[in-house]
Amino acid sequence: MSNRFDFLIIEEMVELGSKVLDIGCDDGSLLKMLQDKKKVDARGIELYSDRVNLCLEKGLPVVQGDANFDLEMYPDNSFDYVILSKTLQSVNRPRDILEQLLRIGKKAIVSIPNFGHWKVRLYLALNGQMPMTPSLPAKWYNTENIHLCTINDFLSLCDEINIKIIKSVALDKNGAQLNFANRIRSVNLIGEQAIFLLKKNND
Amino acid sequence: MTKLVKYTTNDFNLASGKSISPLEIAYETYGKLNKDKTNAVLICHALTGDQYACAINPITKKPGWWDILVGKGKPIDTDKYFIICSNVLGGCMGTTGPKSQNLITNEPYGLNFPVITISDMVKSQVLLLDHLEIPKVLTVIGGSMGGMQVLAWMSEYPDRIKSAIPIATAAYHTSQNIAFHEVGRQAVMADPKWHEGKYFEYNTSPEKGLSVARMTAHITYLSEVALQNKFGRNLQDRAKKTFSFDADFQVESYLRYQGVNFVKRFDANSYLFLTRAMDYFDLISENDGVLANAFNDLNASVCVISFTGDWLFPSIESKKIVHALNSKGVDVSFIDIESNKGHDAFLMDEPAMFKTIRGFLEAQYVK
Repeated sequence: MSNRFDFLIIEEMVELGSKVLDIGCDDGSLLKMLQDKKKVDARGIELYSDRVNLCLEKGLPVVQGDANFDLEMYPDNSFDYVILSKTLQSVNRPRDILEQLLRIGKKAIVSIPNFGHWKVRLYLALNGQMPMTPSLPAKWYNTENIHLCTINDFLSLCDEINIKIIKSVALDKNGAQLNFANRIRSVNLIGEQAIFLLKKNND
Repeated sequence: MTKLVKYTTNDFNLASGKSISPLEIAYETYGKLNKDKTNAVLICHALTGDQYACAINPITKKPGWWDILVGKGKPIDTDKYFIICSNVLGGCMGTTGPKSQNLITNEPYGLNFPVITISDMVKSQVLLLDHLEIPKVLTVIGGSMGGMQVLAWMSEYPDRIKSAIPIATAAYHTSQNIAFHEVGRQAVMADPKWHEGKYFEYNTSPEKGLSVARMTAHITYLSEVALQNKFGRNLQDRAKKTFSFDADFQVESYLRYQGVNFVKRFDANSYLFLTRAMDYFDLISENDGVLANAFNDLNASVCVISFTGDWLFPSIESKKIVHALNSKGVDVSFIDIESNKGHDAFLMDEPAMFKTIRGFLEAQYVK
């Protein structure tokens, strides 16, 4: 994991002492940070057993599991926040997962790499090949990122399935925050990644 | 040397409604209990295990059954933790079981021993903790039948455990598992030397039957891949097939060896009673069909471990436990370790498991 500027944004979004589930929690860095700084009741799901072990060493309760299949085991509204950081693009059915997040969690925090970034667009325009960038380094045939989307795509999906976006933050390649208001077009062009705080619209 | 606690004053009441008196519990301890009594680790052994979890087993003169995991500098570190391991109720290594003397008849219990359950085993371990004056253990850990005991601890004595590590186990014995056990029991009972469980009167024992039971069971503890890798179709100390029913194949010779060695150290009636206890284990039916209800009062951290190659207690059964714990908001971790060694992986050199147990235990200790 190269830069994780998104962790700092996520930390800001999470309230003190809340209950948090991090899906695809990797080595537990984010959860540990939230536990230390925000005193959260931290839980995680991680696909790979060696990473689960890294979490256990940190004293974090983490279940080895697959976001594609194992979210159903969690009861409704059992967490204050469910976090999915840079994982949405690699699941089988992103739309279902988003709905699951807001079933399990009162709120969800989702971060995505932005496929609408100008370098990605330029790569495809100039080379005529599937874009490869420092944050998307794999070839099209062996990438785990099977459902990449742009910031715009994500916004319209939320609209479609009635998810309310409480907060959105886009970051450029240096981790600087970009102003979202009235500038979706430019944010979608220069944002390398975006982090969203979500809730169900009817809540 | 094995320590023995003896309870004679009160009857020890069992789930079946019967009781045992006197009750003796044979146990071993390793390491030192710290001043605050916060470093006790209770190990629950599996079907054919015993109290000799580590160091040299004084009877077999071989390393204890979990010596690979328990000892100085090992994941369950005897320099750090105070480790307790007792022979289960119904066992044959010193704790009261079918070969113990029945004070009423003045002969060994044999089949007059009451049918015991996993809960009864755990209840006897509670007495042991009371005797050792340990209010709460740092962790209770065990695999297979030992894992069932861990689950029973979590369900029935949640206040006595800070954490729990059930390994390669399930919340109930499946139909297939009961079936395998029944084959084993029938093999014992079909041996004419069993004498309806009274072989001690004839100064003999159903070695053939018990040996066959062990051979069958042993296959279920391994995996097709493990057997194929270890033995393939290799012949045993011979260049060609003998066209007889000799142990031509290495795998046959291995199984016979397993059987013969087992009967030297294990009591046939104990085997019947302990397999029965496993068959009767069912935390789901005991909780009105909802496993989660078994863990209503649980406040401990739990680390569930399964192995991908375990077809006797498959990972899916561990996941059901995790699922139930999750729905109760229990602090649960789960790891499904990649292994082709079969069910017995929990007794073998599995570095990922060592890492899990070491990491989890250390985190619980400092917590």
